[in-house]
Amino acid sequence: METEELLLNMGPVHPSTHGVLRFKLRMDGEIIKECNIVMGYLHRGTEKLGEMKTYLQFTPYTDRLDYISAFPNNYAYAKAIEELAGIEVPLRAEYIRVLTMELNRIINHLVFMGSLLMDLGAATMIMWGFREREKALQLFEMLCGARMTFNYIKPGGVRDDLPDGFIPKLNEFLKDMEKRIDDYEQLINENEIFLMRMKNIGVISAQEAINYGLTGPALRGSGVSYDIRKLEPYSIYPDLDFKVCVQSEGDSFARYMVRVDEMRESLHILRQVVDTMPEAKIVAQAKYGIAPMTGMPSAVSTYFPRIFAPPAGEVYSRIEAPKGELGFYIVSDGTTKPYRVKIRSPSFCNLTAIPRMVVGLKIPDLIAAFGTIDVVLGDVDR
Amino acid sequence: MDPVTIDTTKIKPAKKKPETALEKLEDTGLINTVLAAKEREGLILFSTVDQIINWARLSSLWPVTSGLACCAIEMMAVAMAHHDIARFGMEIFRASPRQADLMFVAGTVTKKMAPRVKQLYEMMPEPKWVIAVGACASTGGPYHESYAVLKGVDLIIPVDVYIPGCPPRPEAWLYGVIQLREKIKNEGYGAKWGLNK
Repeated sequence: METEELLLNMGPVHPSTHGVLRFKLRMDGEIIKECNIVMGYLHRGTEKLGEMKTYLQFTPYTDRLDYISAFPNNYAYAKAIEELAGIEVPLRAEYIRVLTMELNRIINHLVFMGSLLMDLGAATMIMWGFREREKALQLFEMLCGARMTFNYIKPGGVRDDLPDGFIPKLNEFLKDMEKRIDDYEQLINENEIFLMRMKNIGVISAQEAINYGLTGPALRGSGVSYDIRKLEPYSIYPDLDFKVCVQSEGDSFARYMVRVDEMRESLHILRQVVDTMPEAKIVAQAKYGIAPMTGMPSAVSTYFPRIFAPPAGEVYSRIEAPKGELGFYIVSDGTTKPYRVKIRSPSFCNLTAIPRMVVGLKIPDLIAAFGTIDVVLGDVDR
Repeated sequence: MDPVTIDTTKIKPAKKKPETALEKLEDTGLINTVLAAKEREGLILFSTVDQIINWARLSSLWPVTSGLACCAIEMMAVAMAHHDIARFGMEIFRASPRQADLMFVAGTVTKKMAPRVKQLYEMMPEPKWVIAVGACASTGGPYHESYAVLKGVDLIIPVDVYIPGCPPRPEAWLYGVIQLREKIKNEGYGAKWGLNK
């Protein structure tokens, strides 16, 4: 029986598009013939704002790119400026940075698991995931007073040292979290409905994944061992013992499993960081500071100038954010404001593979495949 | 020292603790009841139309699921077990605006999204309320200078309660919800429809 082709709009207000994304689907009955992605509903002009703000003023905007994991965004921007201006960072600050970033990776994957299962129609996981997330957010509140948008990692160091009682509370969380991950796996991994929804859905081969520019767990789910923490080591990652989690199948389930394994690896990293953290001064002195402090109490430190001008030049600096490769390309013309800030966001690049993945599948499979790519619209539209 | 005399007639009797369901209802202050006609084993409730309708409306506000940006993650946190918006009868987030009577504008409203937000509001049946959550939805917030962002959602739709913050903490969010409930409690049914003018 022949059916008429139907043009179906999904979004921009749809509970499963994780924000304001729109799919334009050409349907043959229930089968997706063509999928077009319409984005830009959350385009806030972040990159242009980067040219209007001084270097330090732009840090809060990086929080709001990928708002589920803001610490890696802070760090990627700070790292770019440090490379541009030649700022050295004290060792303890690097330890605190890695600590916050790995904690943020766990939170990101918790929200991923929760929202994925929610989209598939299982409400338990989001309750469990947000329960643990709330505990981690309490740690972040101790650290900087904010729950989501931290503005904590600054060029040259971090804003404050760890508060009293942070490490014991963190250890408690780590101990608790290990059991919880087992619980999650017990709940989800062998659920028959879940497996049917995830296995062999949204398959993408290693070659295609590379061609589409996928990074992060989405690429590692296709069997490519690509992790910037290993390939282009930064911060203290060379000193840490961790493995890159890879699954070879390339389907939705593989991408899900990569993230579960990564949560365990992050716990492993966090334990090492806690054990080996040194005592030292937090904020480094910037080499190229031009404007002196004007008597106002600084949020950064007395050592670091509020307004400074790195030498003219350009830099591309990238890190392994929870969602993939996050890069900042900054051009400086020697003034106190950047000439250009370009953000290479993982969600945007990963999203482009969706139309390739879902042709020939049904709409519920689009939800499953899209959920395992794990995009955040703030990161896509910038 | 002079003995202190206490005028016992001026001491008010302690308020009786409400026991029956009807007394508890009266204790909320929302509905005035009179235990009357006991011989007939019947009850007569005295109240105003406003009070009854407002009580019914504020007790189960159903929000529409429309997260726009960062604040939407806090919206999820508010709905989850720790902060538990179900205490206010609001845990049923409806995906369709046709079934909702409250809209959280949670996040940055861009110029591209603004017509969709307005349409969403217009699709909601009366009575309907709007809470602008966060700095972006209230004024544009940190993106006030951006070329792509609407400077406050109140430029396109009427807003009842503004919750400041970037993003607001869940506690602030719940405080905003309570403020809206107070507002609804004092709403005149006649005033809403222009009957008492």
